[in-house]
Amino acid sequence: MAYDISSKTGFVANLGKIYGAYAGVFLGFVVVLAILEQMGVPNAVIGYCFVFLTIGVYAYIGILSRTMELSEYYVAGRVVPAFYNGMATGADWMSAASFISMAGGLYLAGFANLGYVLGWTGGYVLVAVLLAPYLRKFGQFTVPDFLGTRYEGNGARVCGVVVLFAASFTYIVAQCYGIGIITSRFIGISFELAIFVGLAGILVCSMLGGMRAVTWTQVAQYIVLIVAYLVPVIWLSTKLYGIPIPELTYGMALEEIASLEQKLGILKPHAAPYVDAAGKFSWVEFNNFWALVLCLMVGTASLPHILMRYFTTPNVRQARESVGWSIFFIFLLYFTAPAYAAFAKLEVYSHVIGQPIAQLPIWVQNWSQVGGLLTIRDANNDGILQLAEFIINQDIIVLSMPEIAGLPYVISGLVAAGGLAAALSTADGLLLAIANALSHDIYYKMLDPKASTVRRLTVARGLLVAVALVAAAVAGTRPDGIIQMVAWAFSLAAAGLFAPLVLGIWWKRTTAAGAVAGMISGFSVCLFYLVMTRYFPETFQAWFGTNLWWGIRNISSALFGLPVAFAVTWTVSMVTTAPSKEMQDFVDSIRTPRGDVKWAIAGVRE
Amino acid sequence: MQEPTLSREKMDNYWRKTSRLMWTILALWFVASFGVHFFAVPLNGIKILGFPLGFYFAAQGSLIVFVVLCFWNAHAQNKIDEEFGVAED
Repeated sequence: MAYDISSKTGFVANLGKIYGAYAGVFLGFVVVLAILEQMGVPNAVIGYCFVFLTIGVYAYIGILSRTMELSEYYVAGRVVPAFYNGMATGADWMSAASFISMAGGLYLAGFANLGYVLGWTGGYVLVAVLLAPYLRKFGQFTVPDFLGTRYEGNGARVCGVVVLFAASFTYIVAQCYGIGIITSRFIGISFELAIFVGLAGILVCSMLGGMRAVTWTQVAQYIVLIVAYLVPVIWLSTKLYGIPIPELTYGMALEEIASLEQKLGILKPHAAPYVDAAGKFSWVEFNNFWALVLCLMVGTASLPHILMRYFTTPNVRQARESVGWSIFFIFLLYFTAPAYAAFAKLEVYSHVIGQPIAQLPIWVQNWSQVGGLLTIRDANNDGILQLAEFIINQDIIVLSMPEIAGLPYVISGLVAAGGLAAALSTADGLLLAIANALSHDIYYKMLDPKASTVRRLTVARGLLVAVALVAAAVAGTRPDGIIQMVAWAFSLAAAGLFAPLVLGIWWKRTTAAGAVAGMISGFSVCLFYLVMTRYFPETFQAWFGTNLWWGIRNISSALFGLPVAFAVTWTVSMVTTAPSKEMQDFVDSIRTPRGDVKWAIAGVRE
Repeated sequence: MQEPTLSREKMDNYWRKTSRLMWTILALWFVASFGVHFFAVPLNGIKILGFPLGFYFAAQGSLIVFVVLCFWNAHAQNKIDEEFGVAED
């Protein structure tokens, strides 16, 4: 990559060549490591190579992308073509949870967890239709910036920053945690130290070049993560059924699973929708399924680190197309995840359960030696492994797939590099979303509007490092239930941000008072339900005479916050004075792709 | 940059058409996200290539619909923009 990343035209005009060459070099690198492994290079060295060389490449891109210009730092100079913004969004979106845990969740819960697959893809339709093109036309730097402009004043801006922080901070802590786990496993250092090695990897990508650096590393990270995800499962599909398309062949695995389930006497079939533990249809499961799908979708369309990616395309038209590419690149991983689950389940049911414990497959023996991920306990001392004696952690499914497929260690290293790419790219996106909101919306717009460019960039970078350090420190305490809290981020963002964003564009009558009241009430109801049902279940029971409203689990608490946000915004807007003519013209101007934005307040334009 | 000299009436027509596209896509989105899965239990009785159909829609079918909807929205909205002369140059 000898191109000068700082000359926009040279670099952007040659993106295809550059990333094509990069993908080729990456595959070559995997092949070389595979050959080295055959020549007897120890596994630890291969693990080192994957972790340090990939981080090294991201760091190199990050350093090449350093910038001292505001629009480069905040929105990558608005030169990112739709296709590449799609890839970057894919990496931004897919975190350690998608990469490592989702397939395992499907393994454990079957149909019920397809709610995640649906919820984490369908939200992009909402982004495409309701938000992305209009936010791009608005053309400023952050999501709270839009709220502050449309709802004239700092009230809406501050509410936006609070919701953004609540949703993004727990999410970034979880990413740091994932980075710590992967790094410590593959380079053999302590978890606490590994977090700070990973932190260096995050900062070097984002600190010098802001959004520009994050964008171009995310494209590189997407390529690594998708290759790493697809290779083992394609290999296994070919091995089992002779066809290298796992998405097609796992139907046969599902059929075999169904007959094995009957043989083993499993009550809850893998593919059965809306069933309880006894395998009976349950309305509670049914309601929780659609509630989860709704909350994850609306949450997707409200998370600022995703929405801000659409600020970076050259124009409105490309912002729309770029949502299509985003969901396409995400789809490639998500429609493969259920295949992972099915193949792993088939392997476990046919070669692990009911076998003599002394003769289990080699991958089971290897993983049961790693603390806590796979437990085998011969409870009835018959020497045969029963289903209840086999306890598997959901994170194991993707990580052990190379061994289940009988692949060399180099593929395990590849999977680790993929998981690391997923966690790093999401952490970078989140970090920028938080730090930019603090530096642009709080510092520049509210505290010091006369700050010079140099000063603004210095503050932005200082806040970036500060937020990253705090997130890493919190992750270092191994906070309990962090994965649960990530899922909360979706509900919090949905309840707090969706109504003011969508209504601000689609309903001119929305007033500033209405939006602020809607945000506060929607977010509060959601937060109340989350905190009460999670931490104070007895009090909740005493107040409402039930432990959950209509049996809806708190992961879907936006189901209650969302209608409140819309209802309150509407009611308060109707009783307050309609927005000014200037504000209505502003809304008209962001609805049409052509022409200038008509600012309702003078002097907001950068 | 030239000002879009859209009359009030033309702007309203443009927005009506855009809104109609929005509602159409959201209706299809609703069917793919929720409608079809309400029938997952009976659909699972049908099997294609080993896939119970209800499971298949949740694992792949709806996802394909989402991808198509996003690209179709971009295409259709571009056509509306061109029709009203508000597309970017």
